[in-house]
Amino acid sequence: MSLVTRNRVRTFERGRGGVLRDLDWVLLAASVSLTVYGCLLVWSASLSDMASPSDPTSYLRKHLINVAIAVTLAALAMRIDYRWLRAYTPVLWGVSVVTLLLPFLPGLGTRIAGARAWIALPGGFTFQPSEFAKLAVILMIAVLLSERRDIEDEPINRDVLLALGAAALPMLIILVQNDTGTILIMGAITISMIAVAGARTRWVVGLIGGSILGVLVAIQVGLLQQYQVQRLTSFINPTADVGSAAYNANQARIAIGGGGITGWGLFNGPQTQGRFVPVNESDFVFTVAGEEWGFIGSVVLIGLLGVILWRAIVIAYRADDLFGRLLATGIVAWLTFQMFENIGMTMGIMPITGIPLPFVSAGGTAMMATWIAVGLLENVRLHARRVS
Amino acid sequence: MSQRSSLRLLVLAVLVFSLLATLVARAFFLQVVEGPALQAQAHRNSAREIVTPAVRGLILDQLGRPLVSNRTSTIVTIDRQVLAKQPQRGAILLKKLADLLGVPVAEISDRLLTCGAKGAKPPPICWNGSTYQPVPVMSDIDSQTALSIMERRSDFPGVTAQLQAIRQYPAPFNANVAHILGYLGPVTEAQVTGQANPTAPERLRRTDVVGRSGLERTYDPQMRGTPGVTQLAVDTAGHVVGTAAVTQPQAGDTIVTNLDAKLQKVVEDQLLAAVARAQQQGNPGNAGAAVVVDVRNGHVLSMASYPTYDPAIWVGGVSAKQYQQLQESDALSSNAYQGLFAPGSTFKVISTTAAGKEGFNLYGSYDCPASLKIGTQTFRNFESSGYGSISLSRAIEVSCNTVFYGIADRMWQQAGGITATKESADPIAEAARMYGLGSPTGIDLPGEAGGRISSRLFKSANWNAMKDTWCANAKAGYPQTRQRNPALAEFYTAIDAENCKDGYQWRVGDALNAAIGQGDTVVTPLQMAMVYAAVANGGTVYQPQIAKALVSPEGKVVTTFDPVVKSTINVPKSTMNFMHATLPGVTVKGTAETPFAGFPLDQIPVAAKTGSAQVTGSKPSTSWFASYAPANNPKYAIIMMIAQGGTGSKTSGPSVRKIYEALFGISGKNIDPASSVLIGGKPRDALPVFRPDGTPVGPSGKESGVVAQRNDPASSSLSSNGSG
Repeated sequence: MSLVTRNRVRTFERGRGGVLRDLDWVLLAASVSLTVYGCLLVWSASLSDMASPSDPTSYLRKHLINVAIAVTLAALAMRIDYRWLRAYTPVLWGVSVVTLLLPFLPGLGTRIAGARAWIALPGGFTFQPSEFAKLAVILMIAVLLSERRDIEDEPINRDVLLALGAAALPMLIILVQNDTGTILIMGAITISMIAVAGARTRWVVGLIGGSILGVLVAIQVGLLQQYQVQRLTSFINPTADVGSAAYNANQARIAIGGGGITGWGLFNGPQTQGRFVPVNESDFVFTVAGEEWGFIGSVVLIGLLGVILWRAIVIAYRADDLFGRLLATGIVAWLTFQMFENIGMTMGIMPITGIPLPFVSAGGTAMMATWIAVGLLENVRLHARRVS
Repeated sequence: MSQRSSLRLLVLAVLVFSLLATLVARAFFLQVVEGPALQAQAHRNSAREIVTPAVRGLILDQLGRPLVSNRTSTIVTIDRQVLAKQPQRGAILLKKLADLLGVPVAEISDRLLTCGAKGAKPPPICWNGSTYQPVPVMSDIDSQTALSIMERRSDFPGVTAQLQAIRQYPAPFNANVAHILGYLGPVTEAQVTGQANPTAPERLRRTDVVGRSGLERTYDPQMRGTPGVTQLAVDTAGHVVGTAAVTQPQAGDTIVTNLDAKLQKVVEDQLLAAVARAQQQGNPGNAGAAVVVDVRNGHVLSMASYPTYDPAIWVGGVSAKQYQQLQESDALSSNAYQGLFAPGSTFKVISTTAAGKEGFNLYGSYDCPASLKIGTQTFRNFESSGYGSISLSRAIEVSCNTVFYGIADRMWQQAGGITATKESADPIAEAARMYGLGSPTGIDLPGEAGGRISSRLFKSANWNAMKDTWCANAKAGYPQTRQRNPALAEFYTAIDAENCKDGYQWRVGDALNAAIGQGDTVVTPLQMAMVYAAVANGGTVYQPQIAKALVSPEGKVVTTFDPVVKSTINVPKSTMNFMHATLPGVTVKGTAETPFAGFPLDQIPVAAKTGSAQVTGSKPSTSWFASYAPANNPKYAIIMMIAQGGTGSKTSGPSVRKIYEALFGISGKNIDPASSVLIGGKPRDALPVFRPDGTPVGPSGKESGVVAQRNDPASSSLSSNGSG
């Protein structure tokens, strides 16, 4: 492969203090703020359902360790050499596909909420390969679609098909793992990246139409399990008695709405502290913000996400090459759809699926993947600044 | 990079921000628009209240003897939600429970039906509470039965035996007092939902019982107290995760009444004796009342009604059979303040007041023929024969109706006769209003009747209300009656035709009847007691008062009820003096001479007026005895009334005498204030003494009136087992 040759040759000029000056500090500040916000929410959520009530901070400590690892990984991702990254992307992709298969190995995989997507680690930690798979797919598609001749204004069909293939394989494995949410996100990432890569409009329209058709057919022919359909549709009528999914949706709605304008105050939300909302330290963490800090807390949280996405879009726009733009675009699509799906499901406007809220939810793998994405965004920016 | 790429990136950016905006909009809707409703839902989800009922205040007599206190009882409740999920909707379970309790199944199942549902019995048998609240089906079950239920919970799902504080009626001296005390019943749905402040700690809860009649109802807010509430935060599994707030129950206030239990017993016994006397004469004597008031302040010292019932019947809910019997016996309402009766000749003090006010010569002589012919009608004396020309004083002593007919006729003529308008003078009705007739006395008991004064105003108002019916009947001519009895139909038609034409007219016959307390005038015995109290004290109409004070659970006086003056009788002093000089003669040489023969009237003169009011048809007259004593220094007014009881003198008189004997400590000719039923010979001014824990210190020993402590069948046995 001649991936590396298309890269501009450049040197790191450490002596000018350029890295610190060129960093997108707004992006970094928003990411840190949101992470700290998330730590408080996770702490509050974990207070009521700790294994050991004598140690009320044990869950928080675990979360902080995850954050520390995540931020370290972000620093590495930020400083990694662009050429190196492009060169090793296929390897990363390959490794990620292999790890996606690991949960199927007996004794290694753990089934959580009907999805066989976790690997049990010693010390009570779990590893969710699909989180890294999203990153790997973004990188892989970015590499494949930026690999293009100068005269070409749009990716040729072969590149698009390759990109689709690079996304389809992990998606297929994830489908078998029953992780519906991640599949939807990956689909959105893929379509967004193909679109921004400049692919022909018929590709974009076809893919969007095909996805919608695919979901409808999947429900129709019973490809989705009954509980999956139930999870997906319970948001339409959260008060109907359709089991735990509807219960979750209803309790989440009560928690968020009950927060009112200013909320009950941290550690004081009755729905949160009474464990009425399930998994509220991870998938339903937004209910803690909504309940304990009210509408103000919701707006701050969504606002911080908005700032991060705004900076990411600007980085994509100002990227000096297609690879950087696609990488940033993939991250924008990922974070956008994941946060919309996650917050939307807690507020009853999206189906309930098991995906975390970026920066906020407890869960080491997701936190690390998210911060690596921040590192990569900064990396794209630094690259563009240096070239200009 | 291509233009297309940048454009698509912008499209993506627009999508990103519209998604963010969507989330903010949704959050706004949920948290700001729907926020308050969902907040309440969150609160319901997680907040649990444990309500510790407050101890209800006691009701005491003037010396601190408890008339109503509290005890614990083991009750059986059924959760209808659970019951409905049992096989055959719980029919088997109910049968099993009925067998265990030893009652017919209907006795239990009737109580489970919501009031107003198909086949439901009338309240209080049917269930008037909330759907979600366990329904009490039986009280005072023995501990063995309670244990059987609690130990075999799987056999009796939804059935619980638990301790409950309920009312107890110690009945000192076996005094009944039922109509004054009233009773408790479950709070109604309307009371719960109609509260001004539905979140206050003292609010009514669905499990509450409230006063439904009598003092229990009048002073319900004060006696109820504030329940203790422990606000618990619970988690989704119902586990308690924290205590949000704890308030201790605050017991309700105790009522000290003006009643005296020992006197009450005497009055109740004498009322029964009067009824017996009526029945011995062959009269039905089916209703009666007696009232003793302190003329100096309006305090009701005793008030009794016949028929009565056992107040304890309400405790834990009456059985269907008991309730039916109660209804049929007419015992539920008090004839003393809710029953209306024609006052008859006892009304003559009011006519005399009117005469004095109108300038009639109270010391002149009046003609008392056996009958008086006015116009085409002849008006007779009921109680007396002709006495010739007598003084007004003598006319009152012998209760000569024709003298008062003459007075009323003159007043009627002076007002303009048949041509008078409703604005014309009506001195007798005016005097009656001045004494408080025609409207409730304002006693601190609910559901008091106001009565009616026969007058020009009443006739005119009544005609306006009735004329359409009268005119229609006169036109139709009673076709149905005509088939059976043409003569009767003719009679009815003639009356209705006359009423239709000029039923508004205040005719001379109306005026004459009104002067002797007949016609449309009806009063309660309590109203008459206040009239005679006002005559006795020289013209002050007091508001009768049962409660004397409210005392906090710590024994501190919260409220004392000062005498309330409703009005003052505006007549020349000479008129009052005339009545004060005349009325004692009734017991000496008038219509009440026989019942008071041998009474030491020289030392304790008794002012009185008898009444034997005619009622429609050929029923026996209403026996009235109105009085006050000592006539030279009035303290007490006593009224007794027996409906369809015969004459006032013969039926009620002897009983009133006995009550005076008890009050003044008279036996034979001897007067011994120390042997009065009132300790100290008079109502006590001071309130009873309370221990720091709020228990009243009443008279001890024989004077406590408690014969033997009633046994609580199940109160002590289940406590170790918890209350489930």
